[in-house]
Amino acid sequence: MTMRLRHIFHFFLLGMFVGLSLSGLIYWVITSIWFGNHLTGNLGRTDVASVTPWLAPIVWEGTFDSTVIDSIYKQQNITVATTVFALGKYTRFLRDFLESAEEHYFVGFRVHYYLFTDQPDEVPNVKLGQERYLTVKKLPSMNRWQDISMSRMEILEKLIKNELASEADYIFCLDVDTKFIGRWSVESLGRLVGVIHPWFFNAPRFIFTYERRPESQAYIPAGEGDYYFTGAAFGGSLKDVHHLTKTCQEQMNIDIANSIEAIWHEESHLNKYFLYNKPSKLLSPEYLWRDISMSSGYVKIIRFSHVAKNNAEVRPNL
Amino acid sequence: MLLRQNFIIILVFFGMVLCGLIYLNNNQCRCNQKIKEQGIINGGTDETIHPRKSRCNQQISEQGITNLEWKQNTFGLRSSPGLLYKQQSALVGSRTDVASVTSWSAPIIWEGTFDSTLIDSIYKQQNLTIATTAFALGKYVRFVKDFLESAEQHYFVGFRVNYYLFTDQPELVPEVKMGENHSLTVLKVQSLNRWQDISMSRMEKLEKLIESELASEANYIFCLDIDTKFYGHWGVESLGRLVGVIHPWLYDTSRDRFTYERSPKSQAYIPAGEGDYYYAGAAFGGSLEDVHHLTKTCREQMSIDAANSIEAVWQEESHLNKYFLLNKPSKLLSPEYMWRDINASAAQIKIVRFTNVPKNYAEVRPNP
Repeated sequence: MTMRLRHIFHFFLLGMFVGLSLSGLIYWVITSIWFGNHLTGNLGRTDVASVTPWLAPIVWEGTFDSTVIDSIYKQQNITVATTVFALGKYTRFLRDFLESAEEHYFVGFRVHYYLFTDQPDEVPNVKLGQERYLTVKKLPSMNRWQDISMSRMEILEKLIKNELASEADYIFCLDVDTKFIGRWSVESLGRLVGVIHPWFFNAPRFIFTYERRPESQAYIPAGEGDYYFTGAAFGGSLKDVHHLTKTCQEQMNIDIANSIEAIWHEESHLNKYFLYNKPSKLLSPEYLWRDISMSSGYVKIIRFSHVAKNNAEVRPNL
Repeated sequence: MLLRQNFIIILVFFGMVLCGLIYLNNNQCRCNQKIKEQGIINGGTDETIHPRKSRCNQQISEQGITNLEWKQNTFGLRSSPGLLYKQQSALVGSRTDVASVTSWSAPIIWEGTFDSTLIDSIYKQQNLTIATTAFALGKYVRFVKDFLESAEQHYFVGFRVNYYLFTDQPELVPEVKMGENHSLTVLKVQSLNRWQDISMSRMEKLEKLIESELASEANYIFCLDIDTKFYGHWGVESLGRLVGVIHPWLYDTSRDRFTYERSPKSQAYIPAGEGDYYYAGAAFGGSLEDVHHLTKTCREQMSIDAANSIEAVWQEESHLNKYFLLNKPSKLLSPEYMWRDINASAAQIKIVRFTNVPKNYAEVRPNP
């Protein structure tokens, strides 16, 4: 063997030795992190709050272990009801919503979608996985998008009372002009679940767009308020969500009788409800993000997001 | 020459593969576990636990159906209008030096993670009764006075508390002035000769107490050791369906150092590589229904062990840890809630709420 070949061989050996040491070092580093399966070692997220002052967990990526949580809920044979409203031109969002849900939303668990629409024939044919069901319900059309939004509370209340009470364990009520792009599963389950609004998670409470007129039932005075919750996603146990929808609907009726409409419609009433009926679990804005293309340091993974739309084009009124 | 060089290369390659295999092996610590969540408990199927086959699908569940009428916990965390408190950011955790939530999203209570004004006002609306048990047998009756007096100062102040004190010498129980809404019931039990037996028999007594008296009377129960004292606030932030307290000597160690029962012959056996936390046997609690299930299960497991002539290394604490591994607590209390000694300190413990009091074991225990 020539000198040159021997050099190459030695170089190769040296490379192997370095590679081996490096992998050994990496292995040691990783396992020593894993030894810390306890408090001060494995902290999860330190850049965000993972619990509210009333001790409800705030779910961010890194604050839960999906293997542990999935195996816990798999033993419980749960059914998750999921409602969505697609009236007028909003039916165009259904395909993406349903297809992306089949990919990311409670995968492996029983899900029953309840789809409310005024044009049942516009509902696309989306292939659903095993133990996934879809029920289409017809509604009369409405002329104002604000009315469409607000009427959801009454319809949800009736649905839960009449149909779901003995059928589902949990319910989530979602906006349809959205799409799933990451995991949304059993870590989100709880008795009463609110989602922190993606535009207000970093703001002081006086910026929150609560209803500020005392004439409205949704009024929240300055100095009060924990978080600003989005109306586009909320959920929980059947009983608690029924109480929520019933209360919001009653409050909205009182407002109508007084000829006042809350600034952000049922979202204002939802925030009022959540202020005095604290959610037992909060979902971070990963669970309803601004837009798929936007980023924020805190949101490491976007699970569910509004999709871009031209409001003037899809809404029945301005 | 060529052969030797080839041999070295093969050896090096083999070493890398070995490292990779060890890494992958570490990756496989999984076990199907059950949690008691807010909602309905589904009684699972009855399966005896096979210690060797401990990887998946373990369930400790109720045998048969209990016909107890549990006092209903009112739903919701209602807060009153006009209550003012500081806003908590969604981004800034109040404690960054400790974990405030477990991997199954149960909160871990440390000073700073909760707002007492808010939490007290939420629970005040629920008209709660909290049962609290303690056992003072033999010479341990000397701890009762400090325990009760300090509890009156710090423990669920302003809420309805019913103490249940088990003792073999009711006449030695001191007279302690109780606040309004607080009551003390003394229950006579038989003396026992071994402190280990005294400790372990608590599970059965608690199970029977809950069944016979508490089920329709209290919303929550806490079971505490008596050789202890309160030094700080212990209030409604500690309430939950199933509550465990992290052991003050084992909150900062790896799970392989936890003093779990390591003999597969015992029902309390937890194999290496498994375990979330090491919980103290000196304090645990929760809803009546959940604690009943806990005490019943532990009592059954200890009976099986007794029939097999084996006693777990830390008695009922070992069985408690086995239970909490397979039935995840819905809330954990930090070692602030069961500390080593009032004079001991640690960086993460900003306030000592409840702690062991120093004692001479040889003097107070009936046996060494």
